[in-house]
Amino acid sequence: MSVSGEHNPAPLRQPLWTPGVIVMLFFMAIGAVAVAARFMFGIGAVANLSNARPWGLWVAIDVATGVALAAGGFTTAALTHIFGRHQYKSVVRPALLTAMLGYTFVVLGLLVDIGRSWAIWKPIFNWNTNSVLFEVAMCVMVYLSVLYIEFLPVVVEGYSGKVSLPRRAARLNGVVEQLLSTADRWLGKTLWVFIIAGVVLSCMHQSSLGSLLLIAPTKLHPLWYTPILPLLFLVSAIAVGYPMVIFEATLASCSLQTDDEMAVLAPLAKITYYLLGLYFTLKGGDMLWRGTWRYLLDGTAQSNAFIVELLCGVIVPWYILRSPQRRQSRRYLFIAATMVVAGVVINRVNVFIIGFTPPLTHETYSPAIGEIAITCGLIAALMFLYRILVTHLPILSPRRKEMLK
Amino acid sequence: MQIKRRNFFKLAAVGAGSVVISPRPTRAERKKAGDSFACLVDTSRCIGCRKCEQACNEINNLPEPARRFDDLTVFDSARRPDARRFTVVNRYHSGRIDDAGLLVADYVKIQCMHCLDPSCASACVTGALSKHDNGAVHYDVSKCIGCRYCMMACPFEIPAYEYHNPLTPRVMKCNFCEEQFTRQHKAPACATICPTEAITFGKRTTLLQLAKKRLAKYPARYEQHIYGEHEAGGTAWLYLARVPFKKLGFLTLPSNPLPRLSELIQHSLFSYLWSPALLFALLGGIMYRNRAKNDSGEGHKQSGGVS
Repeated sequence: MSVSGEHNPAPLRQPLWTPGVIVMLFFMAIGAVAVAARFMFGIGAVANLSNARPWGLWVAIDVATGVALAAGGFTTAALTHIFGRHQYKSVVRPALLTAMLGYTFVVLGLLVDIGRSWAIWKPIFNWNTNSVLFEVAMCVMVYLSVLYIEFLPVVVEGYSGKVSLPRRAARLNGVVEQLLSTADRWLGKTLWVFIIAGVVLSCMHQSSLGSLLLIAPTKLHPLWYTPILPLLFLVSAIAVGYPMVIFEATLASCSLQTDDEMAVLAPLAKITYYLLGLYFTLKGGDMLWRGTWRYLLDGTAQSNAFIVELLCGVIVPWYILRSPQRRQSRRYLFIAATMVVAGVVINRVNVFIIGFTPPLTHETYSPAIGEIAITCGLIAALMFLYRILVTHLPILSPRRKEMLK
Repeated sequence: MQIKRRNFFKLAAVGAGSVVISPRPTRAERKKAGDSFACLVDTSRCIGCRKCEQACNEINNLPEPARRFDDLTVFDSARRPDARRFTVVNRYHSGRIDDAGLLVADYVKIQCMHCLDPSCASACVTGALSKHDNGAVHYDVSKCIGCRYCMMACPFEIPAYEYHNPLTPRVMKCNFCEEQFTRQHKAPACATICPTEAITFGKRTTLLQLAKKRLAKYPARYEQHIYGEHEAGGTAWLYLARVPFKKLGFLTLPSNPLPRLSELIQHSLFSYLWSPALLFALLGGIMYRNRAKNDSGEGHKQSGGVS
């Protein structure tokens, strides 16, 4: 088991072309076909979006869920670097990588979803400070750059002193080395700014994603429409940060033979337990305050989805994580973490799709094959890139006995 | 550490609270003082001839419709404005009967309401949608990125999208024939062509007076309500009807502008970026303290910066 401060992130150097990777490539290929169709024949050719339901799977999953599940990047950075709990250092890099890739794919997803992808830069010069989405767009843009900067030290560590470009480019080796060492020196002094900025920017847009639908009180179902929706989005994003880390670390240690991190994961689960409690208090209190509990058992798709969201994402995992014994069990930890992650996915889908009920047309929406293909393709590409980067850069800690060999 | 975060929210809540106490004048309130253009639709006069649909189609160079404009069988099903038609007339049977005891239809023309405090313009990332002083909610395609947040925001579900245009799709909606009245001092095409003068174009204050005069003069003819006077903070398109508006497909909407809550949150939290700056300073302080503690306690371990 890894003990605090003793973790040793290193490139995994494992064969890349496993059956799992082939499956990812398959999904990526299908997604690519759908993306090509979208850019040749329009959004209407691949998506079930309509005038009454202009946002669908892409916004709910690729953007809203993508941003929420990438929250591990800022929550672990805050815990380790700002609050000084260095024992959690070993989970910072994988969480940072997830965040970086997650946000990259949020932007790629947006490029598919927005009608004029080539105009995505326009908010930089045309400000509408009344617009929640404007703030989200600016934050995501800046935060993505911050994430790339935060990730630079990993690249520096991986390649410093080892740069060997192939053939013709070889004469650039010296230049690249120079750049890396400059970056290293510069970052050593300034990285704290980016770490704090990352947390601030995250708090801003994680909450603002929840403000997005406050402008449509007649359309969002009362079970979700509340003035504290931004606060709920922020708290749920913070709460899902560590479960996402646990979820990924467990998967990685199973499939990639990385170091077992139970010693770190169990305390993270304890923090999650408190955060889930806070979230449930806020959500339940809000429900009592606004009297929306009366919608709970009316048997509509909305009330059922709300119950599933709350049971699966909050109540059951909260109960599992309550007991210290279960927090020490890898299986329970994984189950609880997976449920919290699923709960956030369901919550974002509920807010943006199921709870969105346009009162004039009563139109319903279910994603088209093309939308699903693009979303799955993007997720597969994300996992594929994750796999490549952990293979070549010092992000995960390889299992101890392998290192002894 | 969580306590610190909670403290921050307490502060944020206090900040938000102080703004609630002294709200800035909303766009709607400011505009009410001024005198913008508007249209009054008296649905009791509308005979469902669809001439307005035709005039709208022609002036905006919209594609030929699948069914001709004199085909009245389109009324058999309710229609919505879309990317190929900015206005439609729908027929409603509210149960109203005439002197002979026959069921009478009501016709309602729908199009962009040109709200005084439009949700679409508040939502628009780049300000491609904006409320002009003359009353029109204007769409500037050169700023649009196609995020369709305007469509999510609009309570009347009006903005439509060119979903089958792969690279340069536009948001499509009634533009109030703004060019007509700014350049040529003419009323919008639909108002001009209407044979029964069901649509009256003019200044909003004048039209409200006119509407109230009609309500007072013919109390039995009208439902005593001007739809659009207060709905969603007021709209430039105003409606009179013989029967309750609910029976004619109109939404019951609150009288405060719908963007107010999200704008309040945005401005009270983010004006001058005070709350991000405060959070930054707070976290910086915590980080500094913890690093100082670390350096003195176990300095040998964590002296090499934060990476």
